Amino acid sequence: MRARAGTRAGQYIALLAYLVFLAFPLLWLLSTAFKSPRELGSLHPTWIPRNPTLDNFRQAFDEQPLLHAALNSLLAAAGAAVIAVVIATPLAYVMARRRTALTRAATGWVVVSQAFPLVLVIIPLFLVLKNLRLIDSLFGLTLVYVVWALPFALWMLAGYVRAVPTEVEEAAAVDGAGRARTLVSVVAPLLAPGIVATGLFAFVTAWNEFFFALVLLKTPDKQTLPVVLTHFIGAEGVADLGPLAAAAFLATLPSLVVFAIVQRRITGGMLTGAVKH
Amino acid sequence: MASVAQAERPVRRATDRGAWFLVLPALIPILVLSVAPLLYGILLAFTDAQSGRTQATQWISGLNFQDLLHDTLFWESFRIGLVWAVGVTVPQFLLALGLALLLNEDLKLRWLARALAIIPWAMPEVVVGVMWRLVYNPDAGVLNETLRDLGLGGGHDWLAGLATALPAVVVVGVWAGMPQTTVALLAGLQNTPRELHEAAAVDGAGAWRRFRTVTWPALRPVALAITALNLIWNFNSFALVYVLTNGGPGGRTRLPMLFAYEEAFRYGQFGYAAAMGCVMVAVVSVLLALFLVGRLSGGDEA
Repeated sequence: MRARAGTRAGQYIALLAYLVFLAFPLLWLLSTAFKSPRELGSLHPTWIPRNPTLDNFRQAFDEQPLLHAALNSLLAAAGAAVIAVVIATPLAYVMARRRTALTRAATGWVVVSQAFPLVLVIIPLFLVLKNLRLIDSLFGLTLVYVVWALPFALWMLAGYVRAVPTEVEEAAAVDGAGRARTLVSVVAPLLAPGIVATGLFAFVTAWNEFFFALVLLKTPDKQTLPVVLTHFIGAEGVADLGPLAAAAFLATLPSLVVFAIVQRRITGGMLTGAVKH
Repeated sequence: MASVAQAERPVRRATDRGAWFLVLPALIPILVLSVAPLLYGILLAFTDAQSGRTQATQWISGLNFQDLLHDTLFWESFRIGLVWAVGVTVPQFLLALGLALLLNEDLKLRWLARALAIIPWAMPEVVVGVMWRLVYNPDAGVLNETLRDLGLGGGHDWLAGLATALPAVVVVGVWAGMPQTTVALLAGLQNTPRELHEAAAVDGAGAWRRFRTVTWPALRPVALAITALNLIWNFNSFALVYVLTNGGPGGRTRLPMLFAYEEAFRYGQFGYAAAMGCVMVAVVSVLLALFLVGRLSGGDEA
């Protein structure tokens, strides 16, 4: 099928417009991160820094405990991802293979949890965690991230389980493998790529999360990266632009890398999850 | 038959007991940290709960809701929230649809557009907010500089201007939310039958007719689902606007979430803020029901 030359040209112009719209803020962030304070103060900012400098990065680390915050983020995000996947996989298996009142309720929860505004959850959550002495604690935040990552993880994993033919399990049963044995040594390996992708996605969501971290962590040395980033912006909204841009750029790198790895698998899984429901 | 059924029953029960072991590890955290807080939150809306108060919390039934009814600031915030949610969701959908259609064509540079379209999805919302603050910056920002170069004047303080703040924030919302929508629509497009498309082209159907008769019917379920989700997500969004304007100037971008957050964690009015949350859920559910019913019935005629 050949489109006419005019249509093609139009398509390229449209695509170019999209490219510009999508890319220009990213490039500006990058450009700002490498500009000296003097250049940032000048009236005619340019796309390419006149005297590229790494000072902003150094200054960003001096001004805010970025490394420590990144470590906090890493602990919370990795912990949440691992726990979420470990507890979600068995439930997702049951949800995919059984139709009981319980699995229907779980599916209902997956959908409803998307619709509730976080305010309605955060106030009671704050009170519950306070009673459990898990306020202002990274462990408490990790638990919240686990539950917060579950709906998507269940959705994805149930889709992956449905893609495993039941015949495989039946064959294992015929060969004399018990139920637990079948799950651990037959089903789990087949699910492994999906489990890893789901875990990595949960990691990115938790790494990027802001609202819960803002409310639940008060002590500065427990705060995660997104919260610490906002400290670069002063009370009157005045910010030290260079270090802010540098820190923002660095904070994005881990999610970008992980996301690039799992992106294709996630979009595929979203559909298998969706199609079979 | 009867004997088979009897023989099966104990086996089934054994597997069901096994199923509990599979279900409980996820069920307990869901109950403790999601279902219980939700119900607790709804209860709180009927009390005068405040943070750090020593007196016992009292049941005040509908008083919070009565107060809310007369709280003009809240309804103004609510109106802003609706403008924001619709103002972001609609362009988000149209732009994403256009991009998905382009990405579905065999164009050069498609890989670059694909990669770029994914990046906003992976970025922390806080970073997206920070980035656009740099773009909108009155002096060091690229937007004013470009306008100056084009001779269109400059010196706008976009995020601090009473008239420009909300539109400026909406643009950021569209930019940040486009990827998910694009990816979902693109996946939907790739499920549409190619042969049908080609057959229609051979029959001489123009691009617009092909889109209406072949592409759109196949795409509709995905489009409906993602738009409904976007509407909810956008209405409940927080971090972007918190970083960009923190609700300013003069409350012009104070989304309901920001309003409720301040009420709860700056002024400590837990009960009142929970009531706001309840109202938000109720209104969103009604809007969503209307939207879905309207779309579903509208589709039958087309």
